[in-house]
Amino acid sequence: MVKELRLPLVGGRVEAGFPSPADDFIERSIDLNEQMVTNPIATFFVRASGRSMQGAGIHDGDLLVVDRSVHPKHGSVVIAIIDGGLTVKRLRKRDAQALLVPEPNEVDQGAYGSIEVGPDTDAIIWGVVTWSVHNLQCTH
Amino acid sequence: MYALADCNNFYASCERVFEPNLEGKPVIVLSNNDGCVIARSEESKKLGFKVGDPIFKLKDCVRKHNVIVRSSNFALYGDMSRRVMQTIRLFSPDVEVYSIDEAFIQLDGLHGRNYEEEMRRMRATILRWTGIPVSIGIGKTKTLAKLANHYAKKNIETGGVAKIGEHPDEMLKTVEVGDIWGIGRQWSKKLRNMGVQTAFDLCQLAPDNIRQSFNIVAMKTAMELHGQKHFAFEQSPEQRKTLLRSRSFANPVTSWQELSEAIASHVTSAAEKLRNESLVSKVLRIFFHTSLFSHTDPHHSAHATVEFTSSTNVTHTIIKEALRLAEPLYKKGFKYKRAGIYLLELSSGSAQKCLFETQEEQVRDKQMMTVLDAINTSMGKGTLHFASTGFTKVMSMRQLQKSPQYTTHWDELPTCVCGLQ
Repeated sequence: MVKELRLPLVGGRVEAGFPSPADDFIERSIDLNEQMVTNPIATFFVRASGRSMQGAGIHDGDLLVVDRSVHPKHGSVVIAIIDGGLTVKRLRKRDAQALLVPEPNEVDQGAYGSIEVGPDTDAIIWGVVTWSVHNLQCTH
Repeated sequence: MYALADCNNFYASCERVFEPNLEGKPVIVLSNNDGCVIARSEESKKLGFKVGDPIFKLKDCVRKHNVIVRSSNFALYGDMSRRVMQTIRLFSPDVEVYSIDEAFIQLDGLHGRNYEEEMRRMRATILRWTGIPVSIGIGKTKTLAKLANHYAKKNIETGGVAKIGEHPDEMLKTVEVGDIWGIGRQWSKKLRNMGVQTAFDLCQLAPDNIRQSFNIVAMKTAMELHGQKHFAFEQSPEQRKTLLRSRSFANPVTSWQELSEAIASHVTSAAEKLRNESLVSKVLRIFFHTSLFSHTDPHHSAHATVEFTSSTNVTHTIIKEALRLAEPLYKKGFKYKRAGIYLLELSSGSAQKCLFETQEEQVRDKQMMTVLDAINTSMGKGTLHFASTGFTKVMSMRQLQKSPQYTTHWDELPTCVCGLQ
């Protein structure tokens, strides 16, 4: 499931003239997964669609890293099951109540409503969004 | 002590993880080419759908009850199965993957811990992490674990976990003979005629009588119900459902050449085993990874699943698919420590007819395998083997209602909505 992205860290310095033969030896490579996927068993990738979470940095078409093993807390961005579909929202907890709150940018303020959910969020919360990957090369 | 963890309605559950609106609705999953029913949700079981029913006969019933129909999606099921099995391995290192959705767990390693509590924790973790509900049975023998599992499934008040302990009679009385592991339909019919209705009744028969009326496997099954171990790990009274071949490399493997040879040799040995036991396989899963314990070398782990157009035990067909899966996943510069293959969804008998394969091809393959096995039996294993690593075209299947490959394809990820409710 997890695609590799390996970026070589090359040991030699950039110099004019002949390349050092040592440059052929890559010392180590780093993998984006190490940063973004702590529990691969419980991690799923989900594509975001829509504008209601732009204020949280989630844009239409962004790739979301969702870890189902992370405990949803007050303030977590979560994937929730609303009307049988997957929706992304900010979780706000107050006492026994939990609220799923949209977070649009200023322009869209007021266009989206919050959803009140009971204290038992287990059945509703599908997973916690741990990262959002936004492609800066394309305009949505 | 053993535990058996079995995913509830596995294929339907996989579909539901990504389509939560299917919860509570009748779902059926079709075989390749959308031929017949291979899996059902609880709701469609209640509607009377049976595994093996051809879909064209069910059209009216499907329409009448708004049954959700899905083509089989083995890329998804294989990946979800891997996640479930890996979660199980975090709880006990001794795991026998019995089928795509079932695993036996050796509990004796969990010193001093309460097995039932531990299994409840495992069940909750699997559900939380993967979204897949499982039932777990605990017992002294594999047969008892299987029976307790059946009990846990049928009785929701167990919370999905049941243990068959010191006083097993009550539970044994609730399980019909036909539901005992290894007692097939014919035996259960004969047993009923003898007045044996439940697992408890079977326990009352003298072992020697059972051996005389049936065979040694039936006798072992009855003795397992008494709590005497007769089926060790990797042993069962039934035909196997999966076949695993894997090995750690003595020296880390870095080249595609070596890796592909290892995979091909695993396939060769597994396919031979299949033919030996007159089995065919429908699903192939390959995997290879670097050392899990090295802190200095970069890690890479790859795995992929494919469903054959028709069930097969033909070595070169499986090698071809295995290498086609593995090649794009192989990465230069990694030190691979282990490679292996799983053959899943095993069934007995000859390969299912395939629309795309001509009869001559099938006959030719069969003859070729017979010759191959004959030579290797008489002259030693591996005398004749495949050098070929060539690829041929992949045949396409009719799968009109397949869900996306949510977890294994970048362009098929599930979508979440950031919008109005």
